[in-house]
Amino acid sequence: MQGRLARRLVGSTMTGMTYGAAALAILPLAVILGMLLVKGAGSIDWNFFTKSAVPVGEPGGGFAHAIVGTLIIVGLACAVGVPIGVATGIFLAEFGGGRFGFVVRFIADVLNGVPSIVIGIFAWTWLVKPMGHFSALAGGVALGMILVPILARTTEEMVRLVPNSLREAALALGYPRWRTSLVVVVRTAAAGIMTGCLVAVARVAGETAPLLFTALGNQFFSTRVQGPMAALPLQVYVYALGPYDEWHRQAWAGALVLIVLVLALSLVARAVVRAKRQHA
Amino acid sequence: MTDIPATALEPELAPKTPVDERWRALRTVSRGDVIYRSALTVVALLLPLLLLLIAVELVSNAMPAVSKFGFGFLTHSTWDPVRGEFGALPLIFGTLYSSLIALVIAVPLALACAVFLTEFAPRWLRTPVATLIELLAAVPSVIYGLWGIFVLIPLLRDHVWKVARHALGWLPIFGGVFYGPSVLAAGVILSIMILPYIAAVSREVLLAVPPSQREAGLALGATRWETVWRVILPYGRAGIIGAVILGLGRALGETMAVTMVIGNRHEVSASLLQPGYTIAAAIANEFSEAVSDIHLSALFMVGAVLFVITVIVNALARVLVWRVARGSAVGSTAI
Amino acid sequence: MLRFAQVAGTVALGLTALTGAAGAQEIRVTGAGATFPNPIYSKWMLEYTVVRPHIQINYQSIGSGGGIRQFTDHTVDFGATDGPMTDSQITVVHGNVLHLPTVLGAVVPTYNIPGVTAQLRFTGDVLAGIFLGQITKWNDSRLTALNPSVSLPDQDIVVAHRSDGSGTTYIWTDYLSKVSSDWSQRVGKGTSVNWPVGLGGQGNPGVANIVKQTPGAIGYVELIYALQNKIGYGTVRNSAGNYVDASLESTTAAATAAVAALDENTDFRVSITDPAGPQAYPIASFTWLLLPKQITDPVKARALLEFVWWATHDGQRFCNALGYATLPTRVVQLEEQRLKSITVNGQPVLPSNYRGR
Repeated sequence: MQGRLARRLVGSTMTGMTYGAAALAILPLAVILGMLLVKGAGSIDWNFFTKSAVPVGEPGGGFAHAIVGTLIIVGLACAVGVPIGVATGIFLAEFGGGRFGFVVRFIADVLNGVPSIVIGIFAWTWLVKPMGHFSALAGGVALGMILVPILARTTEEMVRLVPNSLREAALALGYPRWRTSLVVVVRTAAAGIMTGCLVAVARVAGETAPLLFTALGNQFFSTRVQGPMAALPLQVYVYALGPYDEWHRQAWAGALVLIVLVLALSLVARAVVRAKRQHA
Repeated sequence: MTDIPATALEPELAPKTPVDERWRALRTVSRGDVIYRSALTVVALLLPLLLLLIAVELVSNAMPAVSKFGFGFLTHSTWDPVRGEFGALPLIFGTLYSSLIALVIAVPLALACAVFLTEFAPRWLRTPVATLIELLAAVPSVIYGLWGIFVLIPLLRDHVWKVARHALGWLPIFGGVFYGPSVLAAGVILSIMILPYIAAVSREVLLAVPPSQREAGLALGATRWETVWRVILPYGRAGIIGAVILGLGRALGETMAVTMVIGNRHEVSASLLQPGYTIAAAIANEFSEAVSDIHLSALFMVGAVLFVITVIVNALARVLVWRVARGSAVGSTAI
Repeated sequence: MLRFAQVAGTVALGLTALTGAAGAQEIRVTGAGATFPNPIYSKWMLEYTVVRPHIQINYQSIGSGGGIRQFTDHTVDFGATDGPMTDSQITVVHGNVLHLPTVLGAVVPTYNIPGVTAQLRFTGDVLAGIFLGQITKWNDSRLTALNPSVSLPDQDIVVAHRSDGSGTTYIWTDYLSKVSSDWSQRVGKGTSVNWPVGLGGQGNPGVANIVKQTPGAIGYVELIYALQNKIGYGTVRNSAGNYVDASLESTTAAATAAVAALDENTDFRVSITDPAGPQAYPIASFTWLLLPKQITDPVKARALLEFVWWATHDGQRFCNALGYATLPTRVVQLEEQRLKSITVNGQPVLPSNYRGR
């Protein structure tokens, strides 16, 4: 009896501790969000979204150049990364059974773990240096390189979820394999692939390191992709490290906008993915 | 139908009925298929190509430093751009030390969370809590850094250490004056950043454990906790180790949050409270400004070291995780 | 799938429209470098858009080391640095560089000591001692001897320095090397040195931030960063034995002797730290723009040179408010000659009778 009581007690304690661990894990998220809201919400006004940087001490500056810059650079990253990543994912799902598929899958997983700063210096040697100048284009390509392995794996998973019966039905109706794959299977998985893209985009939208040596940053509003461009996480980084309170204020606001963007994308994507998984 | 092309028979007898064509479409590879498959294969080749290019680029740019310093580069501590002497030991040490601290803090917590989510949490709580933990991974590094500078460091320096100093200050691991920016601060932030990865992958691993194992444990009279501790966790051991190693890989490469809180100092120190430096942080700080070619080459060399370490660590992690979770894109939603 | 393509197509079209429209008439020039003059440069670049609305000069303050590197790699149109390029660095660009001074600034020892609001006195020796890690407490006898009327606490000194390649570091270490043979032997001068002690911050802003956030910290920053950031800074003893506050007058006085000695063909790479003169501030410096002697793009060349001309003439009126001293007249005259010597395809960019707008 004694033994059982002790074991029960240990069990309850441990269970309680796992509750505690979960609470502890979520705590930083709550604290960070709360802090960003408290410190950043006050600084978000119309100016913030419409004006660009002004010299220190001048009033009325904003993050417009950084917000638009992020949209453009991430857009470029998608233009580069989405086709290649999704196509690779389809390859892995449709033809990836053999040794080559194994190698590609393995490399995708490995590349997923390569630090983004290494991608950054690689993009610098391959794009910035030969081109002779910093550019949003180089930044977009660097982010695209991060997107490709992520998208390859999530696309593969989504395409794999499509039931074989669909494939067989299409083949039975006379569709060649390529048409089955493209028109039937991929189209069915399209929503899932899209949400995979959303998650990946959320991730790269927050990346700073690769942009340090590629897009460089710009205090002016610019939409020229062959030149340096501001980006939201980059601007937050520069302003956060500065000594001016005015800069800190704006860094908090910028961080709030960034995290709202990233979390919104992530939540939407995850909701759809879970719905898909339940139905599949 | 046979495999002999129809035209081998007497031409006027070669059939062109729709039925024959459909058979042919099914049995032979149509041109569309060939094009489709080749196109996708070519695109898929880009990933291995990218890995190769990165490796080649890093190594070739690192060669000047390698030929000048040899492998002593990895064991010397002086980082002196004026004299052109570069020793990467503090960088490598800092990278490993901060990641170790991160693991020490994150692994027990993450495992506890994974167990919570798979075993003890009431059903209605599972998805919300899992989502919240995964959202930790979505927070950009620079925001963690911001939080680190303005909240964590003052908290540690002005509150936690003031109290803990009396009890712990005599240990060499907590030696020296605590300025704020330190390996400890970096380790704490890293632990928050890697926790969701370890938790998500461990959760998938635990979910892959056959229910029969759990049932067998309970049937033999074990409490729920005992089943977890003695049956389920050991069963998923390989995968869990893989998850931990995956978390390690993440911690090794983290840049922005680390450089904002670690103090950026090229020095090896046993004390957690002293500033340090990691490879990623050094590259972020010094790369665009390394005036001499040898300085740049030295940075490429540490970059190559980091690259090799993370490739090995990630490969190892994936192998371990695959063994349990069977090749699916485990934890991909957490990536 | 189709929907996705449609959306993507519209976005792409929109982006091209934006890019196309914006890129029509504007001339964009990119520069990078020192954080030391960033406040005045960003003020100039904003003011200049009023003078020339279609010219955008994008300056990124990534540190002097970065300015030199990017200039050498031709990834920017101009560089900026407070640590002049060394001879070997100039060889790398085959001599195709001009150093053009823009303003004079001062580097101050800035500190954050709880309970101390008075302005502290320092000597070069003592500063070297602190930064070498030899003086570790604020109430060290050498510091209390210099500041008998201030009650300095028994607090550890936390040194803050630059983690990036910095001209401000160059000025600081140049000065320390001149006044302390110990420093000169052990550390030397440069944009990036092997610091014996201390925490690294990025850019002048990074160091100022460390000082502001860390009780007991001491760092070195350009004067304006200490002023704007409201952190205390000390006076430094000059070679005449006077404790001088960094100010416009003392900074200008620091340059006087060096400027008088400039010859016609100077390349402006002069150090004015630890100068002679009773009122001279010891840790002052020119800051330079790095321009190529031969530029390839005529449109950019014209835009850039006109900007530099404006900055060294009309633009000087913004300096004082931000804590920078204006260029001495002789320097401006010599610079005018240099600017006129810059060529594109062998032809000078500015006409010989150019006098600004």
